[in-house]
Amino acid sequence: MSAPVVTARQAGLIGCAQCGKVHRDGAVTCLRCGSDLRPRSAARLQAVWAWLVAGLVVYVPANVYPMLKTSSLGRTTESTILGGVVELMHHGSYGIAGIVFFASIIIPIAKFLAIIFLALSVTRQVRMSHHYRHKLFHVVEFIGRWSMIDVFVVAILASLVQLNFAASIAPGIAAVSFALSVAFTMVSALSFDERLIWDADPVPAE
Amino acid sequence: MSVHTPPKMSEDSARDLDSLIACPACDALLRDRDVAAGETATCPRCHSVIEAPRRLAMTRILMLAMAGLILMVAAVFFPFLEVSAAGLSQRSTLVDTVRAFSGGLTVPLTYAMAALIVVLPTVRFLALIYVLGPMALGWYPRRFAVPAFRVAEALRPWAMAEVFIVGVAVALVKVAGLAHVAIGPAFWAFVGLVVVTVLKDNFMSRVTVWKTLEARRPA
Ligand SMILES: [Zn+2]
Ligand SMILES: [Zn+2]
Repeated sequence: MSAPVVTARQAGLIGCAQCGKVHRDGAVTCLRCGSDLRPRSAARLQAVWAWLVAGLVVYVPANVYPMLKTSSLGRTTESTILGGVVELMHHGSYGIAGIVFFASIIIPIAKFLAIIFLALSVTRQVRMSHHYRHKLFHVVEFIGRWSMIDVFVVAILASLVQLNFAASIAPGIAAVSFALSVAFTMVSALSFDERLIWDADPVPAE
Repeated sequence: MSVHTPPKMSEDSARDLDSLIACPACDALLRDRDVAAGETATCPRCHSVIEAPRRLAMTRILMLAMAGLILMVAAVFFPFLEVSAAGLSQRSTLVDTVRAFSGGLTVPLTYAMAALIVVLPTVRFLALIYVLGPMALGWYPRRFAVPAFRVAEALRPWAMAEVFIVGVAVALVKVAGLAHVAIGPAFWAFVGLVVVTVLKDNFMSRVTVWKTLEARRPA
């Protein structure tokens, strides 16, 4: 029933990744939506790697330095991302601790690994099927922005609890590096052309 | 969407190209067709949704974007949260929240926060109103409709209103031991804004909007 699928590229054409319009080979800009049509290539993959490395580099200080500085009655305590999660658990807020742990630690690390895996799978043989890799990419794309939760929490706490109270809260430098790390990995995922996942697929040419 | 094996591309195949569509997710070459409202066209190769037009989608998106814009104004200017502890109370608006990062090295973060939770969602609403307003009324698209819709789509992952709301929930729990927190009207405006955004993005079928923009382009 299903005839063999041919890709636009195999037919010597260029498909637009934004709107689907099909163009003759050599077209540079999409006639329908104005998107860049230049062929997906190794150069694009290099951008994915570059942003990913940048994201990894700033992720280190994000975990080492304090995210939050709480001063109460002349005493200042600093807490890192992980420290904040532990503190929430001491207060018995396991659900919220779970959300923060998931958003700030599990998601970023899983995202780094997923992007590395997807980028490698373009040039190498991997065991995971195209469908699963396609799904994995969409999960990465969807979930990345949720890591920003902790940065927002810090901002809200800092604005809520100001100097005129007994306690004051200030954002630490980790808030900046964490926000950058989330942004860099988002750019990395956005630079990844998902069609590369399928390009390696040996579709029957006939 | 039916699978299409392309015919031999002859030199005069410009018309043929218009009858084809390449799956935006996997590049499969398919025969393009008009997808009826309420129907969902998926790619036979990667199963991504290519088009899912909904009845009156343009009008609905337009209304939702306008509602979102009004809610955003309320969210920015009304008090967001009110904290009281030891007889003192302090109101903070969304602007105060954004300004929390105003010391030293955290200044750039102030701008980033403002962009993610206020500026980018607002720009998206405005762009969608500009693009879809004339379309919902059956007029020609405006002059910069194509770049405006491209910007709206490009900003989609960066508009983080819903992430911010979850952040607020977490912050409320964290601060519960220190002070009493009351939720202001701006908070509810912001929750409404998130609901509107999610509904709007559900109605949106990107490929359909692009095809409509192209079809209605003045000759
Ligand atoms: Zn296009
Ligand atoms: Zn496809």
